[in-house]
Amino acid sequence: MIRAVVALLLALLAIPALAQDSMPPAPYAYNQLDDPRLEAEATALMHTLRCLKCQSQSIADSDAPMAGDMRHQVRSRILAGESPDQIRGWLIARYGDYVSYEPEVSATTWPLFAAPVLLLLIVGGVLLRRLGKRRSDAGDAA
Amino acid sequence: MRSRLFLWVPLALFAFFAGVAGYMLTQEKDEFVESTMIGQPLPDFALDPAFGGLPGAAKGDLVGGKPRLLNIWASWCTPCIAEAPQLEALQARGVEIVGIAIRDRPEDVANFLGRYGNPYARIGSDRISEVQLAIGSSGVPETFVIDAKGVIRYQHIGDIRPEHVAVLLEELEKAR
Amino acid sequence: MIPEIGLAALWLAAALAVLQMVSGAFALKAAEGAVNPLAIYARPAAVVQAFLAVLAFLMLLWSFAITDLSIKLVASNSHSMKPLLYKLTGTWGNHEGSMLLWVGVLALSGGLLAGFEKRLPERTMGATLAVQGFVALGFYAFLLLSSNPFERLPVPAAEGTGLNPLLQDIGLAIHPPTLYAGYVGLSVAFSLAMGALLTNQVNPSFARVLRPWVLGAWVLLTFGITAGSYWAYYELGWGGWWFWDPVENASLMPWLAATALMHSVSVLAARDALRTWTIMLGVLAFSMSMLGTFLVRSGVLTSVHAFAVDPERGAFILGLLGLYIGGAFTIFALRAGAVAEGKRFAIASREGALVFNNVMLSAILAIVLLGTLYPLLTEVFDVRVSVGPPYFNPAGAIFAIPMLLVMAVGPLLRWKSDKPARLQFELALIAALVIGVIALVSFFGQFPLLPLLGLGLAAALAVAAFLPLRGRNLARVPVATWGMVLAHFGIAVSLFGMACEGAFSQERLAAVAPGGTEQIGDFAVTLESVTPVAGPNWTAIEARLAVSRDGGEPVILNPQARNFWSPPQSTSESALLTRWDGQLYAVIGNQAEDGRWQIRVWWKPFVTFIWYGGLLIALGGILAIAGRVKVDVKRRAAVTKGAERRADVEALDVASPVPAE
Repeated sequence: MIRAVVALLLALLAIPALAQDSMPPAPYAYNQLDDPRLEAEATALMHTLRCLKCQSQSIADSDAPMAGDMRHQVRSRILAGESPDQIRGWLIARYGDYVSYEPEVSATTWPLFAAPVLLLLIVGGVLLRRLGKRRSDAGDAA
Repeated sequence: MRSRLFLWVPLALFAFFAGVAGYMLTQEKDEFVESTMIGQPLPDFALDPAFGGLPGAAKGDLVGGKPRLLNIWASWCTPCIAEAPQLEALQARGVEIVGIAIRDRPEDVANFLGRYGNPYARIGSDRISEVQLAIGSSGVPETFVIDAKGVIRYQHIGDIRPEHVAVLLEELEKAR
Repeated sequence: MIPEIGLAALWLAAALAVLQMVSGAFALKAAEGAVNPLAIYARPAAVVQAFLAVLAFLMLLWSFAITDLSIKLVASNSHSMKPLLYKLTGTWGNHEGSMLLWVGVLALSGGLLAGFEKRLPERTMGATLAVQGFVALGFYAFLLLSSNPFERLPVPAAEGTGLNPLLQDIGLAIHPPTLYAGYVGLSVAFSLAMGALLTNQVNPSFARVLRPWVLGAWVLLTFGITAGSYWAYYELGWGGWWFWDPVENASLMPWLAATALMHSVSVLAARDALRTWTIMLGVLAFSMSMLGTFLVRSGVLTSVHAFAVDPERGAFILGLLGLYIGGAFTIFALRAGAVAEGKRFAIASREGALVFNNVMLSAILAIVLLGTLYPLLTEVFDVRVSVGPPYFNPAGAIFAIPMLLVMAVGPLLRWKSDKPARLQFELALIAALVIGVIALVSFFGQFPLLPLLGLGLAAALAVAAFLPLRGRNLARVPVATWGMVLAHFGIAVSLFGMACEGAFSQERLAAVAPGGTEQIGDFAVTLESVTPVAGPNWTAIEARLAVSRDGGEPVILNPQARNFWSPPQSTSESALLTRWDGQLYAVIGNQAEDGRWQIRVWWKPFVTFIWYGGLLIALGGILAIAGRVKVDVKRRAAVTKGAERRADVEALDVASPVPAE
């Protein structure tokens, strides 16, 4: 008997409770701006903003209702004349760096930018050490 | 000798990674995105009533006199059902609760309040998550403590369980 | 009974892995040239183990095929109403099953190595098999102790809970098995590298043994990643083909390491240089595979493709990582100093170009690794950051662009030392193509920098790929050289596809009433109707889109929005119209309150070239393997013939003493 109850509970637990609204999406969630230049700006920005309700997706790649509402914010703000950087700043002020896929140089992200520079130095050093020894008779490569 | 030391670099890097990863495995995975608006004044907004029974909500309704709770919720959200008794308990303790219904229909809001009780002083309808995004909320339900000057003082993410009632009351007291 | 057989086979295989490890280790105790009597069990143990592990996998496959609901794994991941294909592929659409697939491939590659590799010295082979057995043992332990796929339910379930609908696709049949085979194929490179390091046998003949394994694994990885990218592209419904998601990066990192390894192995085989570096890459490539497994399964990183996340299992895998990667790096640090430095070479030489390529690939690997792990690092300090395409694309390009330029010239250079002046014409041609194409494209409009550079490079690389054939008798060009030409041409093709997708894609999102028409590029898309349809385990609404190019004969596309009921989840099934010069990608969304339907359509010029390029690269790898094997078989035949002749001579000349072997 207990086993049957356990099995039943397992079966019930496995079905996730889905909560979704049935409201129509915001006007600019699935509709483009009429001006192609502004739309291109908005699209580029949306691809670099993180959907907060999804697992590692940009708001440009998600069907989540909240991603739709964020797209609406982006498009309507672009239409109102805000620059993409202003909009990104507005969102970062609310959700922190997490919302932007484009890390900005700051106290917490500088190693990301130091790394390529450091790598360039290491790479240059390694190449010089390995290849530079017989430079005298070799000349320069392409 | 220098080149010998160089050979240990991969191991050192790996050990560093293993340490970080091992530490992170012991940490509770935090899926919540916290608002960075704590300490900031509430942004300006004015929302229409969510249904016929209560007035809508604007920033002005949350400023002046005493601290209040701003509850972000929706009739289609299951955890919101779970927190309804706790909101009523808070209301019974004299807390003024302003609701914002996210992507909701008037008839659904009325239905929900009829079934699970109505602890709200007013409810604004946010059909496109405008205010939700403006205050840095990333889901429903969430509850914010707003002080008398209209500054956001505290954010509670997820449904309010019975043990959270005291916490919220304390935060309201602190915001006084 | 079936699952019990599978479980027993797994336990037996684990026991044999112990035998293989111990017996292999005894080979190290033998004197030079002698064979330790206890070392003879390693090879048979590896071969039998391969049979047992594959048997265990087949048992699980069978349980999924008949939907044996008394098995917990089947009950929680399958459903009796699912089409047979997805029942079968569902075997590895979950943590335990995919781990069993991983272990099966691991044992199989170990068995193949033990069964067919006869060229290595016994001591090196013994050490290699011991390492392979040690690695296999850890994964058997993981499977048996914390992820038993054959666990029974106390009471059989009445019905299974089903498989994530996103996985119910032919992509699941192709992508994970090839990718896993590639990941795990690298385990042989790992074991061989350790074996050679432990017995100090890092030399060209070792490189020739290593090469087919690296090439094979690399081909499978290339194919697996290509298939995975296309799968994500049509399944996720937004037209993206690479997201720099942690799980995607986890598959890219072993590929980058394997690509570098493949090139450095060539240098080692041909010129006896880059010894330590090759060993390092051999260890690194499989380490990246294991790291990927850890990242995907432990849940320390958030990913759209993550499945079966469990911190406890994460701790187990991290332990294995510490044992294998930590152990390998320790042995590397202790022993690599003893490996004599290889032959030297000039900067302007084939080796010089290959070293440059290796260093650049490693730098890209470092960037991807850092970008992937960085959010994990900051979370230690409770700071959450996101690293995405705006970081990976430019940071990767810094190293990819010089690498691709050198790739165009490298195959033209001679080994050891060359005069760049000899290649004046080729260098001028490549430079002219890069600059010419960029200038030409910029003339027609404003495009982002990276796609623009990509177009210029793609044109130059496509031509440069065939330059090594210039002035040669095509009939006499070795098969392996054709492989290289094809693979390098594939890079150009793929790059062209990526650049075109980045620069020229067009997007149209609109709410359309039935009968309405939207224009995108040269295409007129008319929504003819929207109707409900039903499948075996889903219902859907299906749009009928008539697509006509420049007013031509319309073609019908049928994108669907599906609702699965077990588990309850909805997916959008995109509809694709493939033309030689691109793809039209259509998705149907929700119905608005006014009765109009939300549709999204993309025209992506030459996007298919991304995956055609991937296939060409993989095909190039296959040709390279075929070429090497052909040469090897010829050489072996010649050696056997020589030995026979010698034996005949000796038989005739009985009087002469038998020479000490």
